[in-house]
Amino acid sequence: MKPIKELNPQFLESTENKKHLIDYLLGVADNYLILGQRLGELCGHGPNLEPDIALTNISLDMLGQVRSFYQYIAQLKGDKTTEDDIAFLRKEREYKNVLLVEQPNTDFGYVIVRQFFFDVYNRMFLGALQQSADETLRALAFKGIKEASYHERFSGDWLKRLGDGTEESKTRVQQAVNDLWIYTDELFHTTNADDAMIEAGVAPDMLQLKEYYYEKVGELLSTATLEIPEIEYFQKGGKEGLHSEHMGYILADMQYMQRTYPDSKW
Amino acid sequence: MIQNYNIPQELLDILESVKDPEIPVLNVVDLGVIREVIVEGKEIIIKLTPTYSGCPAMDVIGDDLERAFAAHGYSVTTQLIMSPPWTTDWITERGRKALEEYGIAAPLEETADKDVLLNEKKLVKCTNCGSKNTKLVSQFGSTACKAMFQCEDCLEPFDYFKCLK
Repeated sequence: MKPIKELNPQFLESTENKKHLIDYLLGVADNYLILGQRLGELCGHGPNLEPDIALTNISLDMLGQVRSFYQYIAQLKGDKTTEDDIAFLRKEREYKNVLLVEQPNTDFGYVIVRQFFFDVYNRMFLGALQQSADETLRALAFKGIKEASYHERFSGDWLKRLGDGTEESKTRVQQAVNDLWIYTDELFHTTNADDAMIEAGVAPDMLQLKEYYYEKVGELLSTATLEIPEIEYFQKGGKEGLHSEHMGYILADMQYMQRTYPDSKW
Repeated sequence: MIQNYNIPQELLDILESVKDPEIPVLNVVDLGVIREVIVEGKEIIIKLTPTYSGCPAMDVIGDDLERAFAAHGYSVTTQLIMSPPWTTDWITERGRKALEEYGIAAPLEETADKDVLLNEKKLVKCTNCGSKNTKLVSQFGSTACKAMFQCEDCLEPFDYFKCLK
């Protein structure tokens, strides 16, 4: 990881740098939006009261995070774009979230495994982002990591409970681990914009943390008496805007109101 | 963090009349979210630090501040300050008392908080009977900032304000 350096004030005067920064930020922020939306779907549908409240709390944290990122993007764009435009008025290909976060809430096991795979990554990411050369991103990272550690504790605890629980819970959560494993590698995939921002010291180079990620995930899976899948073929595409078939449904649900009543407000 | 805002008592009174909408016994000064108040005649700029990033109370607090000051002829602009991030250490002593009286256990210091949430040590005092024989029911509670507890002596369920540092 590069040491903290301040961004050259001229850095953002270059249109290309600015565009790369915006694309990079979308890749980060859209994960929070889509995962927040997915978790929001569970409001009132949790297996019992406590996880229901916890999942919606996590959803709220994600949506809070994403607002700060979108506000920053809107500020960088400097035109009339607002955070709401970014959240609600883009087309599918313009969303840069990873495939992992758009996977459906198949059952509670899937919800927990998806969350755990993301939380471990997210906490490492926010830890590394605290050394960004960009002042705003540093502030967001310091703020976000406090919440992210609560999330990781929640999903990790549940994963252990389900894996080391009954035969039924173990079988089902193992299935979720096997099915979602193929989406983990994309967390470390970088786009051209990402590479440019890593070069500039704005973005952390997550590839360097990949081994540590799999070590941490593997450790917890072992504690949970679950098998680590031996799958070497991974799916990617979301970060380039190529999403799975689930994405259209999420957006239809999420954007319905803004599309039907444009510019509607609370 | 006890802030000295360097503002006339009249303005401080207005400021303290604005409560956290989700914990109505706690005013915004005691909650520790007011970073700076800049007064220029009838124009006031208030700098706020959000508690949890998604906390819906922040928007309401902004509106409530504008309304409270408008009633006294001032116009308020609020600005969000992200750094340094808010911590539960900024809740004042008066604020902690108000929380306890309201039935919400005030945040413990960081190490004790971890002991409670991770190692299930019994350190949180029941807000009803004062016993420390309490257990964590869920790390997440009715709002982003709270966890759910239950007293094993008097059986009272209550909220605990999580330590955020």
